[in-house]
Amino acid sequence: MAPILEIKNLSHVYSAGTPFEHKALDNVSFYVERGEFIGIIGHTGSGKSTLMQHMNGLLKPTGGQILLDGADIWADKKSTRQARFRVGLVFQYPEYQLFEETVYKDIAFGPKNMKLDAKEIDRRVREAASFVGLTEEQLQKSPFDLSGGQKRRVAIAGVIAMEPEVLILDEPTAGLDPVGREEILGNIQAYRKAKNATIMMVSHSMNDVARLTDRLLVMNGSRLAMDGTPDEVFRDAALLVDMGLDIPEVTRVFLRLKQMGLPVKPVYTIEQAVAQLKALKEGNGHA
Amino acid sequence: MLKDITLGQFFPGKSFIHRLDPRTKLVMLVVYIVALFVAQSWISYGVMLAFLVICIAISSIPLKSIVRGMKPMVLILIFTAVLNIFMTRGDTVWFHWRFLTITKEGVVRAVFMAARILMLVTGTFLMTYTTSPIALTDGLESLLSPLKKIKLPVHELAMMMCIALRFIPTLIEETDKIMSAQRARGADFESGNLIQRVKALVPILVPLFISAFRRADELATAMECRCYHGGEGRTKMKILRYSRLDFEAYAVGVVLLAAVITLAVFGL
Repeated sequence: MAPILEIKNLSHVYSAGTPFEHKALDNVSFYVERGEFIGIIGHTGSGKSTLMQHMNGLLKPTGGQILLDGADIWADKKSTRQARFRVGLVFQYPEYQLFEETVYKDIAFGPKNMKLDAKEIDRRVREAASFVGLTEEQLQKSPFDLSGGQKRRVAIAGVIAMEPEVLILDEPTAGLDPVGREEILGNIQAYRKAKNATIMMVSHSMNDVARLTDRLLVMNGSRLAMDGTPDEVFRDAALLVDMGLDIPEVTRVFLRLKQMGLPVKPVYTIEQAVAQLKALKEGNGHA
Repeated sequence: MLKDITLGQFFPGKSFIHRLDPRTKLVMLVVYIVALFVAQSWISYGVMLAFLVICIAISSIPLKSIVRGMKPMVLILIFTAVLNIFMTRGDTVWFHWRFLTITKEGVVRAVFMAARILMLVTGTFLMTYTTSPIALTDGLESLLSPLKKIKLPVHELAMMMCIALRFIPTLIEETDKIMSAQRARGADFESGNLIQRVKALVPILVPLFISAFRRADELATAMECRCYHGGEGRTKMKILRYSRLDFEAYAVGVVLLAAVITLAVFGL
């Protein structure tokens, strides 16, 4: 099947022609396949946020193209607006964008802007609320009476309610406690499964991206530095560290084990590590 | 788009104007504004304009930035000009249609008013562009300190102003972020009639107010944690001192004001 998103030679320069000119994206190209779970990692200021805001037409490229289903999202006004709905973007700390009197109304903001009928809006709001685990009672509350983690989930539901084919999230777990983080990541997985949606997630947690994603994009200095499976990307631990990035803790442990002379292969999830250690233990037992 | 608002922005530099004491600049700004209102004729406006242009030239602030700062003023300018054109009565009627009358006096007045506002704002911008907010509030505090005698909380006022200036860029950034987030949910700020556009602001204003209050709260806590308790007994890291430059600037100010007053007295 054709890729859902195609980014072609994308460049973006902020404040062009002023003393504050700054090149945020430099000739970035990649494909996004339908149903993929992509992680975007990179140092602060590497262009991740700028890249994401291009995907749904919030920022206009100063060079290159973004094709959604083969069509340029900047072809005309209508396709740009369509891109806003087909590619859902959840910003960092999305709870700061809540404004309605009730959680229900806030989640309904997106679908309402899509000019859907009342029945469809209601269905979407309830479905989105169930994805993120909000109860009926919470829907009628003011979003400002909820806890931080709950607010975050309301904000994510607000984007999910538009039923985007591609859901992009900028550090959705930033500033949450471990339980809150797991819940949010679980919600995202649930949405992906139910709608066969494509997910792109910016994260600074190497453990999370290693565990969840099919593919990793590594941004460095406004360029796309690496594009591959977590396996391929984390194999180049030294390169990642050079870019000011981290590798999953378990990968670091195994690299050290290898240096110490143990016959282990690089791993990036706990499960892989357990499997290897078990194999190693059994192997030793037989020897 | 919101980044174009440059109100209160400071351009660091080493020009003559940058090096002036903030008190001098504040007093000079007052002198300049007074002179602007005293000026009534083409000649005196010419003098003021020349003064302003020289100031901009020696400030080494790029003209582009100054023009960009003017953008938000366009609406007010048009409004004032239109109001003056139609509301001023005069003898030389140039155009008349039902209740609308345009007179020569009205047009002249409109031009003067627009020029006055433009020069007023440019002069004020020039000061904020060349003076850091901290220096500015320091200067203000020092200038107003005699008012402490009548129990005016001068330090507190200066601190409030300092904080307000400090948070302008932060709030602009925040507004930008919130607008992007709402746009991602399909909010439309660019089309529709006036009522729809005003309504479209609610999703921006509510989060903006909430975050402003949250920031204020956090700042207050942080200040209290560092034992801030107002101006009493507070010492300064940078003590303001007049230099030769300042006396030169004051001399220029006196000459400018004297010139404009003289022109006004002689009706030129």
